[in-house]
Amino acid sequence: MFAEFLQYMLSGITVGSIYALAGLGFAIIYNASHVINFAQGEFIMIGGMASSVLVAAGLPLWAAVILAVLLTMLVGLALEIFAIAPARDADVVTIIIITIGASIFLRGVAQLVWGKSPRSLPAFSGEEPINLFGAALARQSLWVIGVSLLLILLLGWFFNRTLFGKAMLATSYNRLAAQLMGIGVNKVLTLSFGMSAVLGAVGGIIVTPITFTSYEAGIMLGLKGFSAAVLGGLGNGAGAVAGGLLVGIAEALGAGYISSAYKDAFAFVIILFVLFFMPNGLFGKRSTERV
Amino acid sequence: MSLLRVDGLSKAFGGINAVADLSFTINPGTIHSIIGPNGAGKTTLFNLITGVYHPSGGRIRFQDADVAGLPPYELARLGMSRTFQNLQIFFNMTAVENVMVGAHLHLNPRVLPSLLHLPVVKRRDRECRAKARELMEFVGCGAYLEADSASMPYGALKRLEIARALASRPKLLLLDEPAAGLNATESREIDEVIKRIAGQGVTVVLVEHDMKMVMGISDHILALDYGRKLAEGTPAEVRQNPDVISAYLGAGSA
Amino acid sequence: MRLTGPHIGLLATAAIIALLPLTFPNSYYYDVAVSALFNAVLCVGLNLLIGYAGQISLGHAGFFALGAYVSGILTTRWNLPPLLALVVGAVLVGTLAFVLARPILRLKGHYLAMATLGIGIIIFIVLNTEAWLTGGPDGLTVNYLSVAGWTLKGDRNWYWLAGILLLTTVWLSLNLIDSAVGRALRAVHGSEVGAAVVGVDTGRYKVLVFVISAVFASVVGSLFAHRNGLITPGIGSFFHSVELVAMVVLGGMASTFGAVVGAVILSVLPHLLTSFEDYEAIILGMIMMSTMIFMPKGIVPTVLRLLRQRGGAS
Repeated sequence: MFAEFLQYMLSGITVGSIYALAGLGFAIIYNASHVINFAQGEFIMIGGMASSVLVAAGLPLWAAVILAVLLTMLVGLALEIFAIAPARDADVVTIIIITIGASIFLRGVAQLVWGKSPRSLPAFSGEEPINLFGAALARQSLWVIGVSLLLILLLGWFFNRTLFGKAMLATSYNRLAAQLMGIGVNKVLTLSFGMSAVLGAVGGIIVTPITFTSYEAGIMLGLKGFSAAVLGGLGNGAGAVAGGLLVGIAEALGAGYISSAYKDAFAFVIILFVLFFMPNGLFGKRSTERV
Repeated sequence: MSLLRVDGLSKAFGGINAVADLSFTINPGTIHSIIGPNGAGKTTLFNLITGVYHPSGGRIRFQDADVAGLPPYELARLGMSRTFQNLQIFFNMTAVENVMVGAHLHLNPRVLPSLLHLPVVKRRDRECRAKARELMEFVGCGAYLEADSASMPYGALKRLEIARALASRPKLLLLDEPAAGLNATESREIDEVIKRIAGQGVTVVLVEHDMKMVMGISDHILALDYGRKLAEGTPAEVRQNPDVISAYLGAGSA
Repeated sequence: MRLTGPHIGLLATAAIIALLPLTFPNSYYYDVAVSALFNAVLCVGLNLLIGYAGQISLGHAGFFALGAYVSGILTTRWNLPPLLALVVGAVLVGTLAFVLARPILRLKGHYLAMATLGIGIIIFIVLNTEAWLTGGPDGLTVNYLSVAGWTLKGDRNWYWLAGILLLTTVWLSLNLIDSAVGRALRAVHGSEVGAAVVGVDTGRYKVLVFVISAVFASVVGSLFAHRNGLITPGIGSFFHSVELVAMVVLGGMASTFGAVVGAVILSVLPHLLTSFEDYEAIILGMIMMSTMIFMPKGIVPTVLRLLRQRGGAS
């Protein structure tokens, strides 16, 4: 009874960590530029696919990881420079279509280059699960949870303690004022895409030994990440992390106790309920219209 | 008999009182000005009266109804309309269409007849368009009858908003800084427009920084500071009120 | 009566629909044309919501799929006449949209995108999962469209039905936009508070246009089900919702003819690209990105502006 619950919680926290990273990716870009990047899920996919392909080609895991992260970062930077920056003043729907177009494009390229079949990575430190009060904890889950936690702490330090991080925050509050203070706003926007891509790539790599990946894997992961970000209140980093964990755990419990066929639906049912009652998410600031 | 009666009105934003325990009345057929330094709560007061904000406390009576907390479109139905300090023009429409939206209540639009463009709909629309053009001439932006609102200059847009508000045939019209950003000539013209509106029996409430205009056209002035009433009375009375002089006009201009 | 731009557009559309079949060498062309016309009808409705009222929906394929499945299920399992099933579907979808609209349309921008996306995905997952009713991933076979004993068969007949439907839809849409209701919708897009202070109940108009666009999607879904003969949950997927929005935005938001042009282009495109099947996603993605970067207002408004400038210069 308890073992079963613990099992669901563990798998929920594992998946939730990935959603949290994806949600953070949304939040970072949203903060810097008020863009929702629907290609965030493709970053996760590219990280997972590139690393599996490289490992399959004979590279050691660490080298594959570094190359995959670098590749994804380049994709993120290129996306901002070539597709987002030229349309900076366009309205919300236009930019949504651009990022969705980008995600379709990236998916198409991935399918062409890496094929349609699913791929995987070997677990980083053995397949033998750890017994935890009767629940089986995959060693890879520890990697997922540990690495995610590390990244989240690192980001917290970056935004609160470093000059560049503070500059990024300043840009999100008031772009014009930041510009007047000598912050290179364009650089900040480009960098936010690079950072989100790195987050996505790492998430994609560490979860691939558990869930497999394929050229299509980014769609659902991206949408769940978006749910996490909205649940926490757009632009709220800590909220996105909480939202991600919440979605992951709800999904695992729902799949376990209610219906596994509706696993993917729980996240969206929750988000609808939350938005019905709290139109700015769980931790979002209530905005008063200024007229 | 007052047209608008505000009683103990308050609005707090996160613990700070933007408007605090404010009471005043506005009599029909007058031009009433609200003055005060920046941040005195003038626009917040407008937003409370017109239903854009919910009051934290107090009562607002319009004609004989208790209207505090009613949404703006209900208040418009009762005969209240306004303009905005930051323009709220429909930039996705032509100038004359903007004014026609103002007449929305009087067209009684229904979906099915609109879909089919029944003759009655067409006739009403034609009349509405003609009326809208008249109003644009009346406020002095007749040069832009066929213009796209997005291509109009700032001064003309301010007038367009007034025309749009007038199209709803208000009894009470609230104008939030109608002369802000205008040059001296344009200000004088707006001054004339306001007088003409009042001359047609519409009660006007004005938030304005242009003291010359305020003193010239107001029947009654309410001075605010930090959301509270500082003074009230005729222009001559308010001008001589020592509190107003020190708080608003400043020692130098006294 | 003076001929205005919209009238000319309507006549031109009628002429194109009437004359186009002369250039069709075989029935495959009719087939493609019918799907383009159906999408155009749906997009004219969706454009009322997105383009004119400024409210995004990333879940409209869900309403389309619901219409299709209600028709499919009622006609095959309960033997209801197709027209009645179509009406029942429209009423059901309209009611669902009405119930959802109030809480959803309080949301703005990305929050609205999230909520509509969620609704679409939930519908998709339900259609996929409840196999006892929907046939699940294998899909559902649907009968021909028959009215009072007469059965609509053949691509040619479907083409004329879809063409007349599109013309009617465009006419209704043009009428609505050029009326007080349409102006209220556009005012909601322009400035909600500006509309409210002159008496426009903005909430009511947002609900209204959401319901109208959902009913459009449902009706087209019902017809699609009868014509295709087989429906699968994929027609309600997030990707299909995105395709529909892309059609509207590509052709030009707040332009009825833009919605038609966008729908036709994106419906025909995959058929032109069949020989480059592996590149289809890449090309579609490129088109979506580059159109939005270089013509953020969409094709029809951009072309019209260029024509007007040229006309003004000469």
